[in-house]
Amino acid sequence: MSEAMQSRPAARTGGLTGAKVGTFLARQGILIAFVLFMVGFTVANERFLEPDNILGVIRSSAILGVMALGVTFVVISGNLDLSVGSLMSFSTIVVLDLHDKLGPALAIPAMFAMTLAIGAVIGFLVGYLRLNSLIVTLGMLSAIHGLTLTYSGGQNMDIADKEGTWFSVFGQGEALGIPVPILIFAALAALLGIVLAKTPFGRKVYAVGGNGTAATFSGIRRARVVFSCYLVSAFCVATAGLIQASRSMGSQNTVGQGMELEVLAAVILGGASLMGGSGTIFKTVIGVLILGFIQNGLLLIGLEFYVQYVVTWIIIILAVWLDVAAKRGRLLSPIA
Amino acid sequence: MTDKTPALRLENIVKTFPGVRALDGVSFEVLPGEVHALMGENGAGKSTLMKVLGGIHQPNEGRILVGEEPVVMANPLDAKAKGIVFIHQELSLAEELTVAENIYLGELPRKSFGRVDWKTLHARTDEILAQLKVGFDARTVVGTLSIANQQMVEIARALTVDAKAVIFDEPTASLTDAEKVVLFEVIEDLKRQGVGIIYISHRMEEIFRITDRISVLRDGQYRGTLVTAETDEDEVTQLMIGRSLDLSRNESHAELGDVAVEVRGLSCGDLYRDVSFEIRRGEVVGFYGLVGAGRTEIAETLFGLREPSFGQILLDGEEVRLHSPADAIARGISLVPEDRKGQGLVLGMNCRDNMTLPQVDDLKAGPFVAEGAEVAIFDQYRDRLDIRTPGWRQLVGNLSGGNQQKIVIGKWLSMHPTLLIVDEPTRGIDVGSKSEIHKLVRDLAAQGYAVMVISSEMPEVLHVSDRIVAMYHGELIRSFTSDEVTEDNLIQAISGIRPDEKAA
Ligand SMILES: Nc1ncnc2c1ncn2[C@@H]1O[C@H](COP(=O)(O)OP(=O)(O)OP(=O)(O)O)[C@@H](O)[C@H]1O
Ligand SMILES: [Mg+2]
Repeated sequence: MSEAMQSRPAARTGGLTGAKVGTFLARQGILIAFVLFMVGFTVANERFLEPDNILGVIRSSAILGVMALGVTFVVISGNLDLSVGSLMSFSTIVVLDLHDKLGPALAIPAMFAMTLAIGAVIGFLVGYLRLNSLIVTLGMLSAIHGLTLTYSGGQNMDIADKEGTWFSVFGQGEALGIPVPILIFAALAALLGIVLAKTPFGRKVYAVGGNGTAATFSGIRRARVVFSCYLVSAFCVATAGLIQASRSMGSQNTVGQGMELEVLAAVILGGASLMGGSGTIFKTVIGVLILGFIQNGLLLIGLEFYVQYVVTWIIIILAVWLDVAAKRGRLLSPIA
Repeated sequence: MTDKTPALRLENIVKTFPGVRALDGVSFEVLPGEVHALMGENGAGKSTLMKVLGGIHQPNEGRILVGEEPVVMANPLDAKAKGIVFIHQELSLAEELTVAENIYLGELPRKSFGRVDWKTLHARTDEILAQLKVGFDARTVVGTLSIANQQMVEIARALTVDAKAVIFDEPTASLTDAEKVVLFEVIEDLKRQGVGIIYISHRMEEIFRITDRISVLRDGQYRGTLVTAETDEDEVTQLMIGRSLDLSRNESHAELGDVAVEVRGLSCGDLYRDVSFEIRRGEVVGFYGLVGAGRTEIAETLFGLREPSFGQILLDGEEVRLHSPADAIARGISLVPEDRKGQGLVLGMNCRDNMTLPQVDDLKAGPFVAEGAEVAIFDQYRDRLDIRTPGWRQLVGNLSGGNQQKIVIGKWLSMHPTLLIVDEPTRGIDVGSKSEIHKLVRDLAAQGYAVMVISSEMPEVLHVSDRIVAMYHGELIRSFTSDEVTEDNLIQAISGIRPDEKAA
């Protein structure tokens, strides 16, 4: 009991107490973990921090990253989108097919229109009909896959004349020494980051995800906001499909398969809550980079490719844990 | 004060949050068999002090004694094990579960192989519910209950524990008078069993009715303890806010303008039937009745949240159909809803963004939200409503209950509506701010707004209204001018007795 009394002056000076350090660590946990990983990998393999490697990692993360930007909107609005991988396959196949039929200048807008139309269907089902987004997008995952196969007849798509088209610029081009996919990712991230943080629409996305009822009571048309989020997501998927198609100039029907989980992982790693109402584009970008660098680092230190699935999962659990711990101000559940 | 050992003692408690010194060396005690009131303005630190006691927050300094023995309340379960029962200001029930499951959550009675013993569970629960004289049973799903009844479930939960001390944090904020009477009986019972009771409320009449002593906090500091029998409302108010209040009845009348809203023969299923009334610009009309009389449902209809089955709504003489709150807002209607946490606020959003949410489309600088204009609006209403927060960046969920309510009020006042509907506007608001809000409502009327005030507090209705409409079971029984109304005829009207019936 005298201990409690003696602790008073110390605490009054307001220095960093253990608890405060703990909360700080937990709150910035993702960034700190990221830095630790970077340091560790650099020590293990000096190639890790070379500009070439870094650019390479970002470039190979760009497709995933572009998709994650859109999914960030959906997740903040309190919903899920598990259809992005399958929709990306669709976009890729469609744009490759139309390239030879219509030429790139028409193929690209046509593919965007078709992808957005599918996004609108999802947005309608989740937003206006208020169906559960997990079920809708899980269903869409396989429905879109079916659609893609029907479209392609199960065949791989290839651009016939790979040399004589400017279409390759989106996936293989460079400007100012920076690969175009990175530029697209950065530009889209900047644009959507501003939309989310600075415009009325962005504000409404947070409100709808944070408390849908209160948003309705504030005159926000909730269905319209959710619908729009799925359109944003579809737009990002179409962009990702464009980069993918342009990079490989040919594709299987399953190119985006499984990416929905990686995308979701990046968004959660960035700290968006699956409950909706929180997250930012900046944090999602961090999440994407963490995933990319960690996978790259694991390869560089010579681990089997498959190990990264396990490690990725561990990192996500760690991230979610730190997030929850930050919210309650301690690492373990108070009612453990 | 007495020679009894306190059931519970808090000594020199300090608790800080980023930017806020919520408790600054507060001491407090409760004796066995005593009802000890804890009073103070919104944000004074009452709930925080109780959360320290209940193991939800750990104090930065100070200590807690149960009996003579210093203890650490490591977490809520630990506090419960030490005999501290906490009935929260904000409800914390699992809405999908039944009443019985909620009450015994975590300690469901078991049979062999860990199967839940439903029979015992339901029997035990019904026994407690009978004690509380409520109109629902153990199997009712909590989400289907009114807020008042959910509050009764919280109270029932407290009765299952062998308690040393029970904390009631604004338990009556959403209870009807009849439910209050039951609650007070429960408190009497606990008192006789020697349980110490800590009672937080902003309602003076309750405080003077049931408490033995009153301790006052102000800005996180302990201000003093008064013996209830030896003090009066004025002295308590002085201690709380440093001045006296003018609590007179409304005598001023604004100049009445045109009819702003008229409702003709409005019905909505069996929620309310054949309701007609009008509200003029410059007029405050109070809607008084018991919980369930249909007042909130009428408000929701006027706000586009419910489609009426019959009848008309006329705004400025023109018939309108309102299909959504967005429609209603576009036509100049504002609603301060009944349930601030569920309907009024996005708790994870900051104060400023919450306040400007309904007008975010109108506050634009080019394609962007004009954040400067938002801050200006926030500052204006923070000053006007005396909202206590370290700044607009604070998340609304971190504000005290009363300050959250003020954010909701500011949010709708800043819309400058033609018709302002307020549903239980001062729930959880301290006496000082309450009279400020009443004044504000009068001011708005004077500026030509039409105001509809729904309240279950008779003094409030009498105080602010030009006219009072009494409702009973979905029917409009009678409309009074402020000269005609007396407490007696108002009580008769809300019990369904019409003036002609009484004469007969
Ligand atoms: N988790 C938190 N984070 C930051 N600040 C907090 C937190 N909880 C409470 N506060 C602040 O501490 C102060 C005291 O709040 P508290 O809830 O104890 O007030 P109260 O006396 O219960 O008020 P009311 O009558 O409105 O319920 C307020 O300024 C509040 O904003
Ligand atoms: Mg409180």
